[in-house]
Amino acid sequence: MNTIFTLPEASTQAARVDGIFAVLVVVSALTLALVFGLLVTFAIRYRRGSEAKRGRLPEIVNREFEVSWTAATLFLFAFLFWWAASADVGALTAPSNALEVHVLAKQWMWKTQHSNGAREINELHVPIGRPVRLVMTSQDVIHSFFVPAFRIKQDVLPGRNTETWFKATKLGVFPLFCAEYCGTDHSAMRGRVTVMSEDDYTRWLSRQPEGDDLAHLGAKLFVSQGCSGCHAGSSSVHAPKLDGLYGRTVQLSDGRQVKADDAYIRDSILQPKRDVVAGFEPIMPSFAGLLDDGDVQSLTAYIRSLGQEQDHE
Amino acid sequence: MSDVVLAGELPFPQRPDYLAAGSTLRSWLTTTDHKRIAILYAVTITVFFFMGGAAITAVRLELFVPNGWFLTSDTYNRLFSFHGIIMVWFFLVPSIPNTFGNFLMPLMIGAPDVAFPRLNLFSWYLTLVGGAFAVYTLIAGGVDTGWTFYTPFSTMFSNTHVLTAAAAVFVVGFASIATGVNFIATTHMLRAPGMTWFRLPLFVWSIYATSIVMVLSTPVLAISLMLVIAERWLGLPIFDPTRGGDPILFQHLFWFYSHPAVYIMVLPAMGVVSEIIPCFARRRLFGYDFMVYAIIAIAGIGFFVWGHHMFVSGQSPYASLIFSFLSFVIAVPSAIKVFNWTASLYRGQISFNSPMLYALGFVGLFTTGGLSGLFLASIPVDVHVTDTYFVVAHFHYIMVGGSVSAFFGALHFWWPKITGKMYPESWAQFAAITMYFGFNMTFLPQFFAGYLGMPRRYHTYPAEFQLYNVMSSAGAAVLAAAYLLPLMYLTWSLLHGKRAPSNPWSATGLEWTTSSPPPPNNFDMQPLVDRGPYQYHAERESAGTDAPEVQNARSLR
Ligand code: HEM
Ligand SMILES: [Cu+2]
Repeated sequence: MNTIFTLPEASTQAARVDGIFAVLVVVSALTLALVFGLLVTFAIRYRRGSEAKRGRLPEIVNREFEVSWTAATLFLFAFLFWWAASADVGALTAPSNALEVHVLAKQWMWKTQHSNGAREINELHVPIGRPVRLVMTSQDVIHSFFVPAFRIKQDVLPGRNTETWFKATKLGVFPLFCAEYCGTDHSAMRGRVTVMSEDDYTRWLSRQPEGDDLAHLGAKLFVSQGCSGCHAGSSSVHAPKLDGLYGRTVQLSDGRQVKADDAYIRDSILQPKRDVVAGFEPIMPSFAGLLDDGDVQSLTAYIRSLGQEQDHE
Repeated sequence: MSDVVLAGELPFPQRPDYLAAGSTLRSWLTTTDHKRIAILYAVTITVFFFMGGAAITAVRLELFVPNGWFLTSDTYNRLFSFHGIIMVWFFLVPSIPNTFGNFLMPLMIGAPDVAFPRLNLFSWYLTLVGGAFAVYTLIAGGVDTGWTFYTPFSTMFSNTHVLTAAAAVFVVGFASIATGVNFIATTHMLRAPGMTWFRLPLFVWSIYATSIVMVLSTPVLAISLMLVIAERWLGLPIFDPTRGGDPILFQHLFWFYSHPAVYIMVLPAMGVVSEIIPCFARRRLFGYDFMVYAIIAIAGIGFFVWGHHMFVSGQSPYASLIFSFLSFVIAVPSAIKVFNWTASLYRGQISFNSPMLYALGFVGLFTTGGLSGLFLASIPVDVHVTDTYFVVAHFHYIMVGGSVSAFFGALHFWWPKITGKMYPESWAQFAAITMYFGFNMTFLPQFFAGYLGMPRRYHTYPAEFQLYNVMSSAGAAVLAAAYLLPLMYLTWSLLHGKRAPSNPWSATGLEWTTSSPPPPNNFDMQPLVDRGPYQYHAERESAGTDAPEVQNARSLR
């Protein structure tokens, strides 16, 4: 838990962020000491009526000072940018073996769902030492998933998936906050992330009620919503087959290429006219309004379970 | 108290000053004198300042305890929204430009008035209309969107008075645009003979740059608010994702205005400080032309960093990298300014009158706020601290520590010129110092609370953040008291203050060459300018070449 002075470093990101943070603190402290030091020294030494020597500075000295401190700050800032940014680029995408957890935000609670179907509200249990990828969407307004101990924060948007990931490095229970103002009970939209050992986690997971896992739910929807009528292998309608689609690069009829990720699949279901696959007619109806965000997540999990590009290579 | 030499009264003929030129309410409400319009603005924004202050006092009281004790969540949300909306658009944006800019810009360039006097008055009326919408919103029950109006919360989910709040901001935006256009035209067309661009005081430069930012960015604010109104009122699908809209589009538009708006708030403050420091250090400002280039650079680059408010919004990571880089770049000219103000003290004859205390306070607080900006520009760190109290502390250091300190500095520096009265200097020094300590006590703890993870806009919070919140609330009480002090002794000075001479600080600007308060048409004779600003003599004093400042002033006439 937090104490009032320190924040635990409970993820791999946390150590990285705190490293940059510490350097910035040092740079700031030195700069502040320099500015305050000079202000105070000059204020005392050159106060009105003191005996200090006055007189004009040669113009050339002015120039030299200006040019050198401009260049110095520019180099310092460029270095800080490069350093902080490269840490960020390194942490952009989750490792491919990451555990996938779906997060659905709504006013004012967090719903999480594990890939085997186990669901939690305002809670998230994860194993230590395994990367966890969060695929998040919101049912209403913008929220933001914030776990201070992990130094992660990501806005959760309606109508879109956003992702973040972490690898927990400490056992324990850590607060989860909503960081994007979302209405009346914004400040009560809190939860807990529990980091468990791998064994405890497996045990915990097996004790959860037998939720249908997402892919199974998706498989049922695939039939009941009529997707299979066109996309199933046996169908006579000319529609793309979905086996092995996930993660592949798709050629579109207007010449663009897109990667078949969660966002693409979501768009294809809700706004099928937007990205039409090359060689097919835009005949698919939109399912916007028929499927809610949870349904789309299930269908996505189902399509993912049909095989991924990596598995074929 | 003041140990600056009080220059003797210049031998002006007796004639009415601009204050005495008419005393009916009508003469004020129909005036086109830029100086009177400045007073109208000053009164208006003072009222708003204390309204916004009252709202946040309630918020800070509520935050004494983790789970709240006298406000409901809804009331809490409406109070901080009202505080933000009022402070940004009805105080900070108009504060220095519309009061001191209006009063001083024509005087400083030797002009009889602004270029479009009636437009100037009209823009004050627009401010009133906008203010009326804001006050109506409050009376009708308030708005709970925060000052940022993020969609789709504001368009589809809030059931408070979003439309009138948006209308308030929309209307007051046009006052900014009108003022900006007016100042740009004034600077271009009405400079006195000899007042070349590189003889302009830095205050004029900064108001000029601010005006350009206002004119270019405010229309984008108007458009984004129009879109909010169109979706909320007419049901057009703009931000609603279930109908193909894009909720993030609003953030891009909003920050395209609101980031440059930060410079609308600090550039004028920088201008003020650049006037005060040379005067009380009796030194030429160090690196005048670098200061000018820095102003231009800040105003220009300010348009290209808006995405640093959106690192966690789900925008493209490559866009984030570019915005991060540009955010570091824009910190360079700000750093140059800090170094130059500091260097201006070197070999000076420094006296610590209250305007100088505010200016030095500004340099310290602005530096702290600016350095905390480096944390926010670094993407991985920003991901952790954005939308927490770290950000609240950061923007208060810049906007309140910076802008509001400079506003008080300006108030004390030009008060004798504006009102013709002197104020009790020791009270003013006391207020300045109290404000500085109250400010740090209020906002320093928020950096810690933010780093430890306390999100902003939280009505209730985990108990481990309580210590910091109590410190912050206690500081706010000190700060509030410090803000009330000037209200008292300045009012006192209006009634009982000593008459101010035309140039009480022996300053060099053109505004000090006319009487205090100035006559309606500013100058008896067209001023002629034969030198750059800040020709203070400390640097020559010990070198033996004495150049008394009062003669300088006369030779301009
Ligand atoms: C005694 C002085 C002040 C105190 C104690 C104070 C405190 C606060 C607090 C607690 C918040 C809410 C933070 C949150 O919940 O996210 C806030 C927000 C804000 N304050 Fe102040 N403030 C003060 C003065 C000012 C002044 C003078 C200005 C501008 C002139 C200002 C501008 C703002 C803005 C723009 C916001 C953002 C509102 C929002 O989150 O929607 N504040 N302030
Ligand atoms: Cu939320």
